[in-house]
Amino acid sequence: MSEKLKKVEKEPMFSSKVLKLLKNPFNLENPITVQVLGICSALAVTVQMKPAIVMALSVTIVTAFSNLIISSLRNTIPSRIRIIVQLVVVAALVIIVDQILKAYVYDVSKKLSVFVGLIITNCILMGRLEAYAMGNKPWPSFVDGFGNGLGYGLILVIVAFFRESLGSGKILGAKIIPQFMYDIGYMDNGLMILPPMALITIGIIIWVQRSKTPELQEK
Amino acid sequence: MENLFNLFVRSIFIDNMIFAYFLGMCSFLAVSKTVKTSVGLGIAVTFVLLVTAPVNWLIDTYLLKAGALVWLSPDFADLDLSYLSFMIFIAVIAAIVQLVEMVVEKFSPSLYNALGIFLPLIAVNCAILGVALFVQEREYHTIAEVTVYAGGSGIGWLLAIASLAAIREKISYSNIPKPLRGLGISFIITGLMAIAFMSFMGIKI
Repeated sequence: MSEKLKKVEKEPMFSSKVLKLLKNPFNLENPITVQVLGICSALAVTVQMKPAIVMALSVTIVTAFSNLIISSLRNTIPSRIRIIVQLVVVAALVIIVDQILKAYVYDVSKKLSVFVGLIITNCILMGRLEAYAMGNKPWPSFVDGFGNGLGYGLILVIVAFFRESLGSGKILGAKIIPQFMYDIGYMDNGLMILPPMALITIGIIIWVQRSKTPELQEK
Repeated sequence: MENLFNLFVRSIFIDNMIFAYFLGMCSFLAVSKTVKTSVGLGIAVTFVLLVTAPVNWLIDTYLLKAGALVWLSPDFADLDLSYLSFMIFIAVIAAIVQLVEMVVEKFSPSLYNALGIFLPLIAVNCAILGVALFVQEREYHTIAEVTVYAGGSGIGWLLAIASLAAIREKISYSNIPKPLRGLGISFIITGLMAIAFMSFMGIKI
């Protein structure tokens, strides 16, 4: 399919424009810290690394493919009912992801509970569909969705890393704090596991990011 | 009755949609700049929740659950349509939001003017779908329970967004480090508010 697209577009598959789509979400256009999209599900699944990684992958797959599908259909969707069409496409993809998770990683799927279903209303999806896929060709849209999914995943994994390592002294379930540290009085910070610290961690990430890139600062 | 009241208080303070589950954060952060608009959005969310949650519960109980179609014919006892629930729930929510918008516009133009811009936004507010899915997951048994839970969640959401908006109105006069201004400080305030709300944990009436 990509070959056919290449002929139509008459530009290389990884032109600088497309690469930029892939790169920008990591910093300058990060969906969470800059565009403020998709925070709803981002925070609740970051207590441990494993669910966070699974969630990040699921969201990346759903954003990439929903962008691709909607972008291919963009000229045939009447604009009055586009939201419902978008929701149906996204819901179908999420059902597929949910069934796959239930089949292969049941324990993680139990932990994610309703948050897999909530990918449907994840603002990243609607935001990217409305802002990008409705007006661009399928291949760039696919890359845009993929990049945004990964940018979202990056923040998720960073937050989960700090919450799991400081909160329970583990990473991906393996202990990283040696026993003698506990013997001399080190304690896991139980507060990190509780919901409020996810918000504060993201606040700090935003702080660090914006002090490094001053053009993102608000007046 | 006592049980219902307990559920109501729980859903407002302890299982608060924002502070315990982070649902509806996107509009929570985007709209909470002034108290007036955020109260408007909060009321709209509560209203839509009160309508959609019971409808989704009825659909789930009588159409989708394993063996739910028995009332139609005993042959359907093994039929489990619950994998369709995401799609049905979101379609019902989108349709009801549209319907509510039209009804409100027709019968109460003043309410429509107050809520108008927010209603279409609500279809993709995670809190609405979240409540539908929580109701399904926690297996509430009567429609009264579902309605009370939905109302409580809506009021909890309203409370959260109104108080954040009030704080943000005040804080616009403070001297915050530049990189933290706007979004960053809102996250941290929400975190601190969530810690405060944790003190309600364990309350039983």
